[in-house]
Amino acid sequence: MTSRWKIVLIGGLVFIVLAAAIYFPILRRRVKRAARLQQQSEEQARRELTQPIAINPGDPRVKTKLFWASDSIDATLVPVTVELPLSRDPVLRSKQVLNTLLAGPVDAELRTLPPDALLLAFYLLPDGTAIADFSEALATSIPSGIVSEQLAVNSITRTLEANVPQVQRLKILIHGQEVETLAGHLDLTGTFVVSTHPAQAPAADKPAAAASGTLTPDKTPDKMAQPERKP
Amino acid sequence: MIGLLSVALLAAVMVSPSQVPPQTQQVAPGTSAPATPSAGSPQGVAGPVASAFGAQAQHGGLNIVVLDPAHGGTDPGARGTGGMRESEIVLDFATQVRRALELQGFQVVQTRQGNENPSFDDRSATANAQRGAVFVTLHISSTGLPGTARVYVNSDLPPVAGANGLIPWERAQAPFLGLSRRFGDLVQGFLTQRFKGSPDTAQTASVRQLRTTAAPAIAVEISSVTVEDRADLDRMAPSVADAIARGAAAFKPSYVVPNTPGALP
Repeated sequence: MTSRWKIVLIGGLVFIVLAAAIYFPILRRRVKRAARLQQQSEEQARRELTQPIAINPGDPRVKTKLFWASDSIDATLVPVTVELPLSRDPVLRSKQVLNTLLAGPVDAELRTLPPDALLLAFYLLPDGTAIADFSEALATSIPSGIVSEQLAVNSITRTLEANVPQVQRLKILIHGQEVETLAGHLDLTGTFVVSTHPAQAPAADKPAAAASGTLTPDKTPDKMAQPERKP
Repeated sequence: MIGLLSVALLAAVMVSPSQVPPQTQQVAPGTSAPATPSAGSPQGVAGPVASAFGAQAQHGGLNIVVLDPAHGGTDPGARGTGGMRESEIVLDFATQVRRALELQGFQVVQTRQGNENPSFDDRSATANAQRGAVFVTLHISSTGLPGTARVYVNSDLPPVAGANGLIPWERAQAPFLGLSRRFGDLVQGFLTQRFKGSPDTAQTASVRQLRTTAAPAIAVEISSVTVEDRADLDRMAPSVADAIARGAAAFKPSYVVPNTPGALP
């Protein structure tokens, strides 16, 4: 090989190396972005598929109590008042408040339910028994322990009690199935008492006067949901 | 689920609170000198409570503590930093609790000795096969204020309707809820004296393991596997063991096994 060809060959190799050095980082960024977009679109699709409950702007905005963890007292729930347009239909209303509860408080530390958990379905029987079907993430992503599992269930039952008076008791399913425990501790084979008051339609909702998005901590002490088992 | 299976009431008939001897009703922690553990006393050493236990021993009653280290096998329970597993930690705790209980004169039966995972019903069956026993299931949480301890008793269950002396398996805990509450409050009181920030009384929760147990039954949950150093939890073990042993000893006088087995408490 002549020296001329050697120079051409070396020059070509240098060009290829330089081109690769410039192109590979760009390619890597594109791959990462594509993966991120795909992940987002899957999550979006999943949420759209499982949460078809649209907020109807025609519904009156009402003060809604949501029960999240207290930031000052360990293992305690605190009601937070938020203004939401809520349907008068108890099933739609339940889905709306539970989806808001699942979306979580502003401070993620006060969450009682895993961020990736979804409400798949909600039914209300004529006797006031509600059936809430959650995605598997409710069981798999929740911190394991009696206290955390009890807080999760209490936040659901207390939120329903405060906002949907037609719900008397609650049965929790995971992905359409009855499971023995939530995450190894809390018994999910029975139903939880939501309200001991007779079932009734919600009173005329008082429209909220303040602007939306207001979060008002309410220091009313929480109470524990009592499980109920048929004799 | 065992479904329609029922357990014969092998456990003792318990006296009602009104039948409890006056000295028994004074043993609530913090309210009576005899039951108040002396701070700094070595664990397991017979103190005032042990003396009270000794005085009652000849009357029979509570002799056995069924100790349940939760989870195990393929179920690690709560998982913490550095690979901590609830199933392993509670087994270590159980060893110390067992020793403390034996020093108080109790016979201890464990639902698991190693890395097995008996079912909820199998664990309850171990307790339900004993006579004159209480049940303690040990847990480590993955949340909560580290360094605190909580005692749980089962939430209310519908009363047992059958008058045939049999307790439905699925609601075996129902007739024992009052006694479980008393036992839980005693243990919680001793724990709170050692671990500041813990509740004053036992909490109620729908704990699956307790529901099918036909005996006074409590769950003890320690916070938590989120501690950075496993040694922080290990340091709690002797005090937890001592509190459970003293709680069981203080509870013993109100737990009387009748001569005629088979009656509801």
